[in-house]
Amino acid sequence: MMKRLLLATLLLLPVMGQAAYPSGVSVLQKIDENMVSETRITTARMVIHDRRDTRTVAFKSWSQGDQNAFTEYLSPPREQGTKMLKLADRLWMYSPNTDRTIQISGHMLRQSVMGSDLSYEDMMENPRLTDLYDAEVTGIETIDGRVCWLVHLTSRESDVAYQSRRLWVDQERYVPVREELYAKSGKLLKRIDLKDFKQIDERWFPIRMRFKDILKAGAGTEFIIESIAFNVPVPEHLLSKAALRR
Amino acid sequence: MMRFLLKGLMRDRSRSLFPVLIVSLGVMLTVFLHTWIEGTMGDMIRSNANFSTGHVKIMSKAYAENEAQLPNDLALLGVEELLGKLRQRHPEMAWVERIRFGGLLDIPDEQGETRTQGPATGLAVDLLSPRSPEITILNIKESLVRGRLPAKAGEILVGDDFARQLKAAAGDPATLVSSTMHGSMSMQNFTIVGTIRFGISAMDKGALVADVTDIRHALDMRDAAGELLGYFRDDIYHNAAATRLVREFNGKHHNPDDPYGPVMIALRDQNGLGDYLNMGRYYAVIATTVFVIAMSIVLWNVGLIGGLRRYGEVGLRLAIGENKSHVYGSIMIEAFIVGVIGSCIGTAVGLGLAMYLQTHGLDIGAMLKNSSMMMPNVMRAQITGTTYYIGFIPGLFSTVLGAALSGIGVYRRQTAQLFKELET
Repeated sequence: MMKRLLLATLLLLPVMGQAAYPSGVSVLQKIDENMVSETRITTARMVIHDRRDTRTVAFKSWSQGDQNAFTEYLSPPREQGTKMLKLADRLWMYSPNTDRTIQISGHMLRQSVMGSDLSYEDMMENPRLTDLYDAEVTGIETIDGRVCWLVHLTSRESDVAYQSRRLWVDQERYVPVREELYAKSGKLLKRIDLKDFKQIDERWFPIRMRFKDILKAGAGTEFIIESIAFNVPVPEHLLSKAALRR
Repeated sequence: MMRFLLKGLMRDRSRSLFPVLIVSLGVMLTVFLHTWIEGTMGDMIRSNANFSTGHVKIMSKAYAENEAQLPNDLALLGVEELLGKLRQRHPEMAWVERIRFGGLLDIPDEQGETRTQGPATGLAVDLLSPRSPEITILNIKESLVRGRLPAKAGEILVGDDFARQLKAAAGDPATLVSSTMHGSMSMQNFTIVGTIRFGISAMDKGALVADVTDIRHALDMRDAAGELLGYFRDDIYHNAAATRLVREFNGKHHNPDDPYGPVMIALRDQNGLGDYLNMGRYYAVIATTVFVIAMSIVLWNVGLIGGLRRYGEVGLRLAIGENKSHVYGSIMIEAFIVGVIGSCIGTAVGLGLAMYLQTHGLDIGAMLKNSSMMMPNVMRAQITGTTYYIGFIPGLFSTVLGAALSGIGVYRRQTAQLFKELET
């Protein structure tokens, strides 16, 4: 009798283990509830630690869903007044120095922004993970004292910037505390550490993030949010090309 | 004696015509090949030196390790001071600073919107200083196809084919979209004032030439430059002097803890040019050796056939008391005369061919269309002092060697048999 019970327990153990994990979709939905908003106005600075020096770039950004965004650089003086506009999959950049607006397209969207570890896509997008990825919770790990679900995301589409992601998601707050972003080949492209979570309205949100482009020399880029407001009206005139030269 | 031999050679065509033709052909090929190798190697070295390597080049160590990627984020800093010191300590050389960069050249329409754009490969040099040697080094004046040279800040030259591709002409505005030394996107307005064609595919593809001060501003490279190049004043690369200078400079600036410290590299040690130079020399030696051997074998055979034909003559000369060594000596002198005549004719024809190719060249532009090698599209031969005598080495050596080998038969003739042979 005892033997049968032991055998049954052993057989059921993996199933019980799986049952203890939430579904990947439910975790993603909860992450999206925290990280994604209809609109967002952010004032932030990037502290870029490249091979030879450290620079700080400040900017203000207005975004609408994951399609449209407008960013204006506030400092340093050389970058001040530079503006970027993203409408769906098109991105324009305006330089006050030249009074020219140039469209950035194709692979250039994956180029570094201001020499940081963020690409234009990283900077301007606010993707709803549930729309793009299938997810599976594969384990539990502790990071910075927080117990996290380890979630593996696989893209459903082929034209996303990162074909797969690994997320360490805080079990209590449902925000990622670490992300690893992978190319189609399986090569690790970027690592993001998210810290200093604050409760803003109903959501938890990281105020400080450290991006590290694995393919780039340097100690990474700190992304520090000075102020952020969710679901506030974004002036329509900002999301047009005319706003760039204004 | 000499007159007698000359008369013999003139009157007996079979003794002279074929050997002279063989020697002339071989010598002509040797002379032509020598001028061709000299010309192509010389052009390649000159193109590389002028556009890329200098006679010596100084970069930061980190830049040198990734040079092909044009890593301006790793550029040399404190360039003004370093250039000042170099100009003071080594006045025997002309020192210039350069920035190579990539980017997009965007041509706006009347509304300031993008009309056309294309990837540019930029070279920033000192175009505006009155004493700058760059216009001469890069042969910019002669390379100008349309328009004029930049006369003030904000003016650029673009490759003629690139300009046509962009549908841009002299006087059009253009915006350079590139990346600063710190990796930020950079945009800078310029005016195209002229178009150029260097005649080097690797340089003409998307070519953009701008003043170094403008580009330094555009790419946020304050007191920085990708490369400092040094040129010997006589425009000739002196390997020993360059090597000495490199040793002295690198010894002085050696600091293993500073990855951005300056490092000097001689022309020979850049772009695999040392290997090309060695290859050129080996080709010349191999070609000359092959000609000497081949011609010697042919002339040996000619000598043997001649020996058979002149069997009776030699026998008679020996029978009437001429010394074997004297007969052998006369054959050698005849061969020498044939060698001199053949070498003179071959050198003259080879020089003619070389002169034609030196003047007109051979256009291999189609073959170099997608090449990144710093080679001129028109390959030319080059006549040097050596050209006038290089052909005489295989020309004389092979005839004398051929005659020496075939003439040995003289010593094998038995005096006792001579009259018997003559009777038959």
